[in-house]
Amino acid sequence: MTALEKITPPHGRLGGTALYDWDYLVQEDRAHRLIYTDPAIFEAEMTRIFGGTWTYLAHESEIPNDNDFITRRLGLRPLIIVRDGGGKIRALYNRCTHRGTTLCRWDKGNAKSFQCPYHGWNFLNTGKLRGVPWPDGYADDMRDPKYNLAQVPRVESYRGFIFGTLSLDALPLAEHLGPIAKIIDEWLDRNPGGKVVVCEANRFLFKGNWKLAYDNSCDGYHVAYSHRSLLETENRFAGENAKGMAYYRNSPDTQPMYMRYTGHGNHFKDKRPNLEKRPGGLWALEGAHPGMEHYEAEFLRRYGERALLLLDLAGSEPVNINVFPNFSLLGNHIQVFEPISVGETNAIWYGTMIVADDSVPSDAATDINALRMRTQEGFPNFGEVDDIANFEQIQRGLMAVEDEWVYMHRGLGIPDRVKQNVDGTITAPATDEAFMREHFKEWKRLMKSPQNLAITREP
Amino acid sequence: MNAPLKGDDPSRSSYYVNDAFYRELIANFSNWQDDARAVTDVAMRDEFRRLLEREARLLDQLLYDEWLKMYAAECVYWVPSTPKAGDPRREISVMFDDRRRLEDRIYRLRTGFAWSQAPASRTVRLITNVEVFAAARDDSRMLRSNFLISEFWGNETRVLTGWAGHRILRDGAEWKIQAKQVNLIDCDQCIRNPSIIL
Repeated sequence: MTALEKITPPHGRLGGTALYDWDYLVQEDRAHRLIYTDPAIFEAEMTRIFGGTWTYLAHESEIPNDNDFITRRLGLRPLIIVRDGGGKIRALYNRCTHRGTTLCRWDKGNAKSFQCPYHGWNFLNTGKLRGVPWPDGYADDMRDPKYNLAQVPRVESYRGFIFGTLSLDALPLAEHLGPIAKIIDEWLDRNPGGKVVVCEANRFLFKGNWKLAYDNSCDGYHVAYSHRSLLETENRFAGENAKGMAYYRNSPDTQPMYMRYTGHGNHFKDKRPNLEKRPGGLWALEGAHPGMEHYEAEFLRRYGERALLLLDLAGSEPVNINVFPNFSLLGNHIQVFEPISVGETNAIWYGTMIVADDSVPSDAATDINALRMRTQEGFPNFGEVDDIANFEQIQRGLMAVEDEWVYMHRGLGIPDRVKQNVDGTITAPATDEAFMREHFKEWKRLMKSPQNLAITREP
Repeated sequence: MNAPLKGDDPSRSSYYVNDAFYRELIANFSNWQDDARAVTDVAMRDEFRRLLEREARLLDQLLYDEWLKMYAAECVYWVPSTPKAGDPRREISVMFDDRRRLEDRIYRLRTGFAWSQAPASRTVRLITNVEVFAAARDDSRMLRSNFLISEFWGNETRVLTGWAGHRILRDGAEWKIQAKQVNLIDCDQCIRNPSIIL
């Protein structure tokens, strides 16, 4: 059993949540510019949001073997995500308990222990202090647990997705995900064996607040405008067979796609109903990608009717599955937001590949992945660049001090537009901003609530 | 179905990016910077240096049509996402464009709605340390060069730097670029607005 250390406000600083009148800053139809621009609010978010709720850390395929590790962050805390010698996944603070040095400076690797490069304190990958140079220079017992590495007290996986929280009050991860877990299941289960493997990423940095990315994650309103260059490019030879997200161009609210809010800040944009559900339906929607005609012809020759089902595995799944505050599944990507400062954020689009199994032999999987890499590079290159340019320009616009409000009221107050479902979820047309109004209620709840946070150490 | 419009036009369909193409690309871009294969002939080195300088100038001047003419019909522009450039069949690239996607890239920039390039970046490219190596085929060469791109965008000037490998192919009296691998020194890190052609 590990000991929990409750987190209390540092001495000399006021505790509590009364930094601002949160009800004033986030109202039903609008949010104040300060929540995107104020460094004090950002600092509070780095414990109350990134720490106060489940935050995505990594995918299990990134540390497949015992003693594998990767370095990540939870908010601004540097972490080593490790699968220890017993196979247990831990999120160790990458911070020497002696003077605070980061222990590990590599992005990933395999190690049974981490030795501090400064004075040589050595830690097992369970977090336990293994030894220090010349221990006879210490009067106290260096086996005291306080010298073991701090760890995120709650680390749980949902089907390969590793999340962590410092909150002792948060529900177990599966309950916290609630209705969106089923949508994650569907996203996974279309792949052989119901799993994917992470295979590098398109990595972006933008000079804007992290919430600008999450506010965009379920936004169906921006597509026709922010992504106009993408829609025009991928449809330049398309004729009648519109490609990609062309269904956003004309009256998107009359399309069968919809958004659904599932609670705890999580939401889901389901574009699948726009597609004819048939083998090859996803593949037919793909724009132009390197190698597509070759592999299509080759698959038809080799696999006959099954070819279309296989090609669909290289096609982008038309969903956005967003788990507050930093995780999205969209197309075949795992997108992760990493706050750096109040006005700087990483947006990382991890690619995924499929794994061969009984249903998809390895030569087919190799070729599907060759196509799937190319389809996944399309949106980051031709779509995301324009979104992050717009996020940066929002951050600039919000420097206008006197013009205080950001509006998120699209759909609000129109009878029968936003529907409360019996299961507690909320659905609305694809361009509605209901998702944003709802995730800001969760944001406000976390910013207001008394925080019951802790770290843990090995005994 | 994505029926081919013109099977023999790599601007319209992509048949050449197949498994053999990937295997040759990986083989050609592995262990090629070998002193024993260095080309020392001054005139030849100067010819290739001029080719790289011309490419840099055309990109700085946004003369994309002229720039594309420097490339073989069946070409690839590849920016790996890892310093050692893994197998692009199982590793996402920062960019991996065949002929058609390169033309898409240029088409997008010209739509007037590519917000990441509105206004367009101004760039100045320095190309240095040009080395020439013999290639697997007699009618091909491998070029290595270092680049430093100063990019003014969004009221700031920043630097993008790294080294490039060009696989060039004899085409009548000319040399055409058949493959360009751009190795940013920070290719595995988060990059702000990577929307220019490198």
